[in-house]
Amino acid sequence: MFADVYNKTTEGTDLGEKIAVSMRNITKTFGSVVANKDVSIDIRHGEILSLLGENGSGKTTLMNMLSGIYYPDSGSIFVDGKEVSIKSPKDAYNLGIGMIHQHFKLVDVFTAAENIVLGLKEKGSINIKRIAEKVNEICSKYGFEIDPYEKVYNMSVSQKQTLEIIKVLYRGANILILDEPTAVLTPQETEKLFDVIRSMRKDGKSIIIITHKLHEVLRVSDRVTVLRKGEYVGTVDTKDATELSLTEMMVGKKISLDIERPEPDDPKPRIKVDNLSCINSAGIKALDNISFTAYSGEILGIAGISGCGQKELLESIAGLQKTLPGSSIVYTEPETGEEKQLIGKTPKQISSLGISLSFVPEDRLGMGLVGSMGMTDNMMLKSYKNEGFFFTQRKKPRALAEKVKDELEVVTPSLQTPVRRLSGGNVQKVLVGREISSSPTVLMTAYAVRGLDINTSYTIYHLLNEQKKKGVAVIYVGEDLDVLLELCDRILVLCEGKLNGIAEGRKTTKEEVGLLMTNLQNGGDTDEQK
Amino acid sequence: MSKNKSSVKEPLLRIAKRDSIEAYKAWGIRAAVLIAALIICGFIIFFITDLNPFKVYISMFKGNFGTTRRIWQLLRDMAMLLCIGLGLAPAFKMRFWNIGAEGQILAGGLATAACMIYLNSLPNYLLLIIMFVTSIIAGALWGLIPTIFKAKFNTNETLFTLMMNYVAIQLTSYFVALWENPYGSNTVGIINPATKAGWLPSVFGQQSFLNVAIVLLLTVIMYFYLKYSKQGYEISVVGESENTARYAGINVKKVIIRTMLISGAVCGLAGFLAVSGASHTISTSTAGGKGFTAIIVTWLAKFNPVVMILITFIITFLDRGAVQIASDFNLNEYVSNIITGIILFFILGSEFFINYKIIFRSKKQEVIK
Repeated sequence: MFADVYNKTTEGTDLGEKIAVSMRNITKTFGSVVANKDVSIDIRHGEILSLLGENGSGKTTLMNMLSGIYYPDSGSIFVDGKEVSIKSPKDAYNLGIGMIHQHFKLVDVFTAAENIVLGLKEKGSINIKRIAEKVNEICSKYGFEIDPYEKVYNMSVSQKQTLEIIKVLYRGANILILDEPTAVLTPQETEKLFDVIRSMRKDGKSIIIITHKLHEVLRVSDRVTVLRKGEYVGTVDTKDATELSLTEMMVGKKISLDIERPEPDDPKPRIKVDNLSCINSAGIKALDNISFTAYSGEILGIAGISGCGQKELLESIAGLQKTLPGSSIVYTEPETGEEKQLIGKTPKQISSLGISLSFVPEDRLGMGLVGSMGMTDNMMLKSYKNEGFFFTQRKKPRALAEKVKDELEVVTPSLQTPVRRLSGGNVQKVLVGREISSSPTVLMTAYAVRGLDINTSYTIYHLLNEQKKKGVAVIYVGEDLDVLLELCDRILVLCEGKLNGIAEGRKTTKEEVGLLMTNLQNGGDTDEQK
Repeated sequence: MSKNKSSVKEPLLRIAKRDSIEAYKAWGIRAAVLIAALIICGFIIFFITDLNPFKVYISMFKGNFGTTRRIWQLLRDMAMLLCIGLGLAPAFKMRFWNIGAEGQILAGGLATAACMIYLNSLPNYLLLIIMFVTSIIAGALWGLIPTIFKAKFNTNETLFTLMMNYVAIQLTSYFVALWENPYGSNTVGIINPATKAGWLPSVFGQQSFLNVAIVLLLTVIMYFYLKYSKQGYEISVVGESENTARYAGINVKKVIIRTMLISGAVCGLAGFLAVSGASHTISTSTAGGKGFTAIIVTWLAKFNPVVMILITFIITFLDRGAVQIASDFNLNEYVSNIITGIILFFILGSEFFINYKIIFRSKKQEVIK
């Protein structure tokens, strides 16, 4: 009935009664980035579908188009066989589609019931009591536990998620999309969530879970659709799938990139990390008892699904992340062999110890550079204190900016042009150029080639290899497995904040690393060292 | 193109942020907008008051430049507003929303008046130095209080600095009652009218000369401080992103506290200039809303002290011109306020067209459907 207004074609009715939603040939681009290319998926009534894929494979973008946050560039969406146009989340709600986002959209100071009615246009005054009754009804039907009068700021993460799900159900959704629902949950809470999801399925609802956790996919879903780099790979029945077969679908065939990889020359321990644990700003244990050593003259790759502790690991070493007691990060001076503890030191204290630690953070303009300043001013971000007394000295930074611009072929109208106006690749060159110029002994990079074109990426690989040859301990956090496999000497795999294994770059396979990324091994390396 | 299946309609108007704009274009837009504002005001003047708009504009001009005395009054008012704007610039550049300039001015003014009343037996030069220093300290402390709470407990500085204004106003009321002169007048009256103790001396026969000179000197200092000093660099980094500042090894809390001390101190100095250099008295209206007007000055000038001179000129010119046309044409002041309001609205609005461009739906895309 809702679709009548939008209904322009009747094709798709032949898709059969069982299909709740069908997305056909969906393409979505952001500028030059293709997030989804010609993707078609079907969701049946009363089934749980897992949408599986690595980071950046376009899972969330695809679902955002179903929930009205984005609008596809081309392609069509059918709900119950009728073509629809979903222009806003409200349209999606009217069609019975509701999405539970990874980051909750709740008002902290409101109660559960108040959050549920927020944005609803019901006639007459709001009767919280009636709403609470309806909420309790939904709860008992599916097995939720929530107090409608509890304020959101008093709730645990799991309760907030429950509230989000109830919010969607209250609005009468028949198709629920959950974006990485278990990322923030403990195993017990995950178990509970799955029970709820199963009882919703029994009720005939369609549930789509966006995830990259293989064991959960296998346990809860009926079918799995796999996306890779924005493209549809295939759909399989869960009962026919194994972790290995899904990993292969997810990571694809190995592509040869011809990145040079010189043998490490006389590797010596440079950074020794022991029992590193920390709690991130969301209050979740982001790193759990990590121990490893980074050697001079090697590139240590760090692989993992994003948000598995990579950021916290690098920031801990850089002195930007508070660590838990018992953690240890020891730096060994290359000349003297003197050992220095980095835990508890600020970036300033680390540099005053004489340690030249370079760090290319993931957030280039929000952390590594000052977007409103030109290249010159950005060059002196870390060194401005050492020159001059009261006034800044711009002579050396200007010369350095000139040098970086020439050597890395940075395209910028002038050295004064705010770096935020430069293209992503040029911004990255400015940042990497500055970090390398300080002749570091440790170089950490997070997603150094994200968003860069092929040529710039190879420039960056080349720069990293040059540093490696100079005896720098390079730590490379990456997301493209093909690159990690060809560039790195060793690959450390993080999974849910734990160290899940270290693979030899020259011997390992894509499948092995892929499995380590998605499948937490119990009793892995970290436990052995206790 | 494969786009034609989409049934989405592009909206008629879209607003997109400009990447950059050449300086001459930006100033061209500003000039065009100013002229447009004058034309529209001309119509309004004509239709509401039946006056000749040109005569009104000439009267505004005369109100500001008609006599030497008026010119000096213009300069004095500009100096006051500019001084406050200079005080706010470092705070706002750091993205610290100091809307407590009113309170900081009053704190400085109170300290000045107290010195004038209680220390009037000291030699004048010594008294002036003490007044100068205490007013700066008082303003700095008034700015420091909300900052400490911000740094320690992450309180909201906008609300806190705003509320501090009202505390300062109440304090001023108390002291006005305490220092009341003559008895029953409910004002402090001119302080030391006979001895002129604690009055900024006249130079070249001009009472306001020192006000203007001090603020001009301060403008130059603030320009170099923000643009070329290490501390100014730190302010820019913290204002852009605290994460970047931490990454660069900057102690963010220290920078915030230091900058607000400076911001409060300069506002306190404005209080000194208002009391010692202009009115020679103190009342709850000593700040008179200039602490808020100065926010416009700071933002329109994008924290550039030299550009601030121009902005303070425009605002003060309009303000004084409004008073003049009200008295010349027997208008009530609301009409002249309407005129200044329209002109300011246009000037502020011009920033929108400088930062954004408006894209109309192109015909081509409509055809596709």
